[in-house]
Amino acid sequence: MTVTKADLPVTTASNEPAGETEPVGSARSERLSALIQQHGALAVLVIVSLVASFSFDSFATGDNVGNMATSSAFLAIVALGMTFVIITGGIDLSVGSLFALGGVLAAWGSRHGTLVALLLPLLVCGLIGVVNGLLVAKSRLAPFIVTLAAMLGARGLLLAITDEGADTFLIGKGSFLAELGQGTTLGLGNPVWITLALFVAGAVVLRRTRFGQHVYAVGGNEDAAALMGAPVARTKILVYTLSGLLAGLAGALNAAWLASGVTILGNGMELEAISAVVIGGTLLTGGLGYVSGSLVGVLLLKVIQNVINQIGSLDSSYQQVVSGAFLAVVVIAQTWLGRRRQLM
Amino acid sequence: MAPPAEVLAVRGLSKTFPGVRALDDVDLTLHAGEVHALIGENGAGKSTLIKLLTGVYRPDAGEITFQGDKVSFATPLDAQKAGISTIYQEVNLIPLLSVARNLFLGREPRNRFGVLDVARMNREAEEILVGYGVHVDVRRPLRTLGVGAQQMVALARAVATDARIVIMDEPTSSLEPREVETLFTVIRRLRDAGIAVVYVSHRLDELYAVCSTVTVLRDGRRVHHGNLADLDRLSLVSTMLGRDLGEVREEGLTKFTGDHHAADSEPVLDAAGLTVPHKLHDVSLSIRPGEVVGLGGLLGSGRTETAKAISGALPVRSGRVTVAGTPLRGGSAPAAIRAGISLLPEDRKSEGIVPGLSVRENIALAVLPRLSRFGLVSEAKVDSVVDTFMKRLRIKASSPHQKVGELSGGNQQKVLLARWLAMNPKVLLLDEPTRGIDVGAKAEVQKLVDELAADGLGVLLISSDLEELIEGSDRVVVLKDGAVVGELTGDDVTEDKLMRTIAGDRRPEPVAKEVASDG
Repeated sequence: MTVTKADLPVTTASNEPAGETEPVGSARSERLSALIQQHGALAVLVIVSLVASFSFDSFATGDNVGNMATSSAFLAIVALGMTFVIITGGIDLSVGSLFALGGVLAAWGSRHGTLVALLLPLLVCGLIGVVNGLLVAKSRLAPFIVTLAAMLGARGLLLAITDEGADTFLIGKGSFLAELGQGTTLGLGNPVWITLALFVAGAVVLRRTRFGQHVYAVGGNEDAAALMGAPVARTKILVYTLSGLLAGLAGALNAAWLASGVTILGNGMELEAISAVVIGGTLLTGGLGYVSGSLVGVLLLKVIQNVINQIGSLDSSYQQVVSGAFLAVVVIAQTWLGRRRQLM
Repeated sequence: MAPPAEVLAVRGLSKTFPGVRALDDVDLTLHAGEVHALIGENGAGKSTLIKLLTGVYRPDAGEITFQGDKVSFATPLDAQKAGISTIYQEVNLIPLLSVARNLFLGREPRNRFGVLDVARMNREAEEILVGYGVHVDVRRPLRTLGVGAQQMVALARAVATDARIVIMDEPTSSLEPREVETLFTVIRRLRDAGIAVVYVSHRLDELYAVCSTVTVLRDGRRVHHGNLADLDRLSLVSTMLGRDLGEVREEGLTKFTGDHHAADSEPVLDAAGLTVPHKLHDVSLSIRPGEVVGLGGLLGSGRTETAKAISGALPVRSGRVTVAGTPLRGGSAPAAIRAGISLLPEDRKSEGIVPGLSVRENIALAVLPRLSRFGLVSEAKVDSVVDTFMKRLRIKASSPHQKVGELSGGNQQKVLLARWLAMNPKVLLLDEPTRGIDVGAKAEVQKLVDELAADGLGVLLISSDLEELIEGSDRVVVLKDGAVVGELTGDDVTEDKLMRTIAGDRRPEPVAKEVASDG
């Protein structure tokens, strides 16, 4: 769509209030579009959940909700890191592999104590994140390629550690790590509480710290951000590091929950995380996004999976079809709203 | 009174890019409270000098002394921290972030836990912006503001960073006249506060309105410096262009000449009753071969829309377009192009030039289908077309394979012109052909338009530059609110008559020039 100068709202630089010269209708529809973009996923989540709880007796039960919450937690942690990366206009395809690597390293490390079990995955996955960030920010390589390489590399490393997947490391019952993954507090699994805490922290970091502002600035207009003095390279390195760290942590918590490091996990998880982030209203082109949206996106994906399982008659293979179709609808809606708001 | 302190001293600054000596042994001195005009044609080295001062580039030779210390900025951030702020021609802020967050990016007020104090930030942003005449909700995304207000936010940001030097690179190119006044007020305030301002602009009126001193660059070298008041306009322009004063005076700054059309010939373009809902009402005009018809009016009067409707880019509800006696069917852009209508759009960046492609590819883009057979392009034919037009339009590029994005604005415009001329059009619609290009290139484009008309082309010229419109056009059709309100012919083609027609005013007293300039 072309915008001629005449179409643009002209803000006066005189003593007359600038807003008056702007067409009121466009401001209202702009606010509405923004509202839908930010909270549309939440509305859909509420509707789907309500319909499901009326349709299936077993949907709104404590057990089912608890299970959904816990199984959402790990993907949510990965999606949190992904949100930061996508807001800078990047993408991180390595998180699925790092999730699996983190789990195996935690299980392997648990033989040497809880501290090793928790720090080892963070260290290794964080380092891979640093390398991703350095290659993207300093060598100016495309994030897609850099993180694709990391995804393959991490998967290879994983196979090497586990002797082609033949060795499975278990996490001993009763250990602190097992308690972290399997225990509950106030009726909800510990991973759920950890996830919520991380999201609160993530929201504060993104909206209320200088680093967060730089994340938005880099994704919004990288050249302008550099000219405004934002540390573009450092910001990028940090978001990929954060994404790696969170993927490793999610993997470790998942292993603690399963009581073992499973090598085949995390396949396609990067795409699930990206889907959740986009469903949550974050622009794939960067510059706009919300961590709360990503959490809603994850929940929505998991609820839909759960509903399909509840239907029973629907082959679980169709889960993917439904998720895919759903994602397509969301992306079309987001793009449409974005074009309306002339973000793209 | 002691002379004001020297803030910046640049000695022997040089910078070479592959194949180009962009800056050659340039000196520059700035004092506190000085408003310094930095002028030169595109490609003279202004941007390079600014980028060296602000740490975007590093010099090959020379030194920069800032507030008594030799400095070497590694990044724009370093320069900004030291006290050199820059605002750029195109607003360089983050469109999706809020106004307040843009204003404070990198120096947001924080509480003792390092968490941003958003309430304070919004309050302070509002207070600051009121001083710049911007009254908006600072929580709104920046992009919802008009371009002028965005530019003011950029300015406020640049000044608020404890700047000792503020560099403004064509700050008024997107401002309305009223906003320009506000800008000048701000500049005078900065001057009185002892801040040195470097002001880059092509608009001579502005330079004389706010600047006290001047540096003229040409081909990377400093060719003049001193008090602006000691240099009259004509000398300034001739120094900038490197042309003899007599020559400039004789030719004038705007170069259009004579009439080429036969007054009785059949019109090559005849548009009748063009109507587009909310935009155009019954607009009719005709152009004879060799005639330059100006289209006058204020911003939003429907000039661009008329050109687009004729070229098929804007669907019309009613009306017809006839090219050389043949009615145009369908009103589609490809049909119009086939019939011989070429439109040079107003915004060459978003609607014309492909910066990543070479000069050759850009010129050949539209004409390719005609130079190919069975889908295969004849390279030899492309080369010959490209060569012809690069010579004819005097396009300055290191080779046909240079990327267009690397060329100056004037040369980009010529490349676009070449693309459409290669189509061998009968009618050329020019929407602001000289906007944003320097004086020298402007004169050259104007001369080209004249030559093209002399060759028998019908030209529709849209320009906000009254002088250009008056001197360039044989007739001027005046639009107001999407309708034709008058037509000036012969001796009536004067600025005064044009402004009165635009204002719809028959009274004898002259109308202020701002009314019609920069629309």
